[in-house]
Amino acid sequence: MSSRLQVLLIASMFAFIGFFLVWYKVGVLGIPFLPHEKRSVYKVGAEITFEGQKKAALISMALPQPQEGIQILSEDVSSSGFGYAEAQTKNGKRAEWSKRKVEGPQILYYSLEVLMEPGEHNPKPPMEYSEQESESLSDLPNTLRNTAKNLLDDVRSRSADTHSFVAQLIQDFSAKEPSQAVKILLSQSKETKIEILYRLLRYRKISVRKIHGLYLENERRNIALTPMLEAYDGKKWQLYDLNKGKVTRDKNFFIWKQGGDSLIEVTGASKSNISFSLNERQVPVQYLLDKKEVLKKDAILDFSLFSLPISEQNAYKHILLVPFGALVVVLLRVLVGLRTSGTFMPILIALAFMETTLFAGLIMFIVIVGIGLIIRSYLSSLNLLLVSRISAVMIVVILIMSFMSILSFKLGIKEVLTVTFFPMIILAWTIERMSILWEEEGAKEVLIQGGGSLIVAVIAYFVMSNAFISHITFNFPELLLVVLAVIIMLGRYSGYRLSELIRFKSMVTA
Amino acid sequence: MFANPFKLKKQGVLGMNRRNIHYIGAQNNRKYYPLVDNKLKTKVLAQKADIAVPKLLATIEYQSQLRKLKDILRDLDKFVIKPAQGSGGKGILVIVQREDDQFIKPNGQRLDLKDIHHDISNILSGLYSLGGKPDIAMIEKLVEFDPIFERYSYEGVPDIRIIIYKGYPAMAMLRCSTKESDGKANLHQGAVGVGIDMSSGKALFAVQHDTPIIEHPDTGHNFTQLQIPHWEKMLSLAASCYDVTHLGYLGVDIVLDKNLGPLILELNARPGLAIQIANKMGALKRFDMIDIQSENLEIRERVVFSIEHFGVK
Repeated sequence: MSSRLQVLLIASMFAFIGFFLVWYKVGVLGIPFLPHEKRSVYKVGAEITFEGQKKAALISMALPQPQEGIQILSEDVSSSGFGYAEAQTKNGKRAEWSKRKVEGPQILYYSLEVLMEPGEHNPKPPMEYSEQESESLSDLPNTLRNTAKNLLDDVRSRSADTHSFVAQLIQDFSAKEPSQAVKILLSQSKETKIEILYRLLRYRKISVRKIHGLYLENERRNIALTPMLEAYDGKKWQLYDLNKGKVTRDKNFFIWKQGGDSLIEVTGASKSNISFSLNERQVPVQYLLDKKEVLKKDAILDFSLFSLPISEQNAYKHILLVPFGALVVVLLRVLVGLRTSGTFMPILIALAFMETTLFAGLIMFIVIVGIGLIIRSYLSSLNLLLVSRISAVMIVVILIMSFMSILSFKLGIKEVLTVTFFPMIILAWTIERMSILWEEEGAKEVLIQGGGSLIVAVIAYFVMSNAFISHITFNFPELLLVVLAVIIMLGRYSGYRLSELIRFKSMVTA
Repeated sequence: MFANPFKLKKQGVLGMNRRNIHYIGAQNNRKYYPLVDNKLKTKVLAQKADIAVPKLLATIEYQSQLRKLKDILRDLDKFVIKPAQGSGGKGILVIVQREDDQFIKPNGQRLDLKDIHHDISNILSGLYSLGGKPDIAMIEKLVEFDPIFERYSYEGVPDIRIIIYKGYPAMAMLRCSTKESDGKANLHQGAVGVGIDMSSGKALFAVQHDTPIIEHPDTGHNFTQLQIPHWEKMLSLAASCYDVTHLGYLGVDIVLDKNLGPLILELNARPGLAIQIANKMGALKRFDMIDIQSENLEIRERVVFSIEHFGVK
């Protein structure tokens, strides 16, 4: 296989793996590709009000279960003076507030922060099914029970199977002009619509359960939970909205309570009421990543840089930028044909610029190299051996740096203190090389190569300090494979450099 | 401002990237590099193969030998000191005349023993060698260059660069030093490059700093009448270097000595691209022609092929 083909194969393989992993992380795991991408986080607040009756009170509220597609980030309880505990019952968790002596109006708050997960989920209610008690409607007066039986028989004749039966029944109850039977049932049974429907369905031996939840929408205050019924026909569960009939669960439907237990149970107090409020806010996904909320779930992320301690993470934030600096060097040398003094010196200078800020960094670099060149030209007349000379230059560089720091500190110019971030040895070598260049090829060549190095360093600085680049390198380190692929490809680029188009111009115009 | 890259391609102009990948990378085996990168090795090799080179007078390998520098230089008044592993003409010191303890450079600058001591010390410590490796200083006999070139050179020795591709002479140019190039024959330092017709050895065009010129900027002589003597001998000499170095893409630098005729000055495994501008001709067309020739021809046959096929005038 020719080396050209191998290069192509390896590069496209690296690029493919890199892009695939990025796609997986963005599309499936929901790590944002853009740095400032935000996600909606909803704050769902429950507010319980009641009147104390000068005796011990116990308030218990059903708590939502973890559910697919919507993630519970945090919970918050505020209840001054009340003891708070969570209890596990067979129908799920419950919050319990208690106080020995309660007097006057009271308010309890409970709030949750939830995040809708991206991507397509097929939210299914849990399949567990507990044997339900049979319903005989025996507490109803005879006439009312007969009305109910007649209604059910009527509905049965209009339906084909369990699901159409439930749909028909719900439609009868939600119609604008309900039939006489429905009117009588609603007005005389003193029960809520959902309770009547629940009992009627159970009377017909249909497996059914109540679901209460909230649509996660914008700001909402003082709302009640939306009741829904779920019926089972022996094969699958179907969700029914009491107003709309048969529905599928929306992605933004947050189930608060499932099953027969009541939402709140209050003992020792009166006039209890519960209402909910919804609050949406935009949170940068980075914040969620930092909280590691999103991470727990995937092996690929558990094996990522996020799992490192914060200080190492910060080190990698820098290290991972170096390949992009290298890419800039390769691009500018191979495609443009800029000449630099030392291949990777510009990257190290650019890394220093990131600490010093660009303008201050440029000035400090020019001052240090300038003074260094003057001193080096004197050293050259001392006729020293190479290693001693470079060491001497390095010490001079350190002296210049410390002098600059002290002077600027006294003058109150804080920027110059960052001069310590310049790599001294690289500076010493740069001075040495430029000085030789000056002696042998003149000041012009020094300006060309020095200028070239600075241009590359400045461009590398802009690339590496770009918020987008630093975001994607840290969150998608697999993009390094793509950078690697590009660099390998550029390594086989045999076309002209931009500078050659100028250089060889006389060959095509003459 | 920019040339159309497709036109350049059509002209067969070789670019730096293509040169590095397809010519240096593919034709020059790395293990042979030391033969040309180390001028001392080149010289030994050339002398063994009876290839004419300037005479080696002395070598200095250790700093301690510098104490005897005065003795070494006692009988020399015209010589060249160069680093064995230098590149691009760096670190080469030319002494054309001596007045007692004063050594005179081609530009008239006077040096004393201490200056030469310093220069050699720099060479030994590896200042001019790739990667700063410790180096050897070579002291060579100064080429007494043929007066035929005197009009075309400002100080320094003009040399002839011939590109040898797979043993075939492919392109040639004369490099004339100028005031700007400080007597050195390096084009990027401001020397003039004169393209040479492969069949006749006559001058074609001249360029300085990649721009065409007609006469020498310092001496004012017109390059058009220039004719290189011993042309065929020179081509044979250059082509023979392929057989000892095994480098498929080779630059051979030849000087013309008044008495000794053409001498190989040095070899280069990474010859530059300016030769194309001096010839107003892309190198790729010639390389492509050579690519389809038989590889096992004698030196003479290869030279004849080049003379027959690469002539312009």
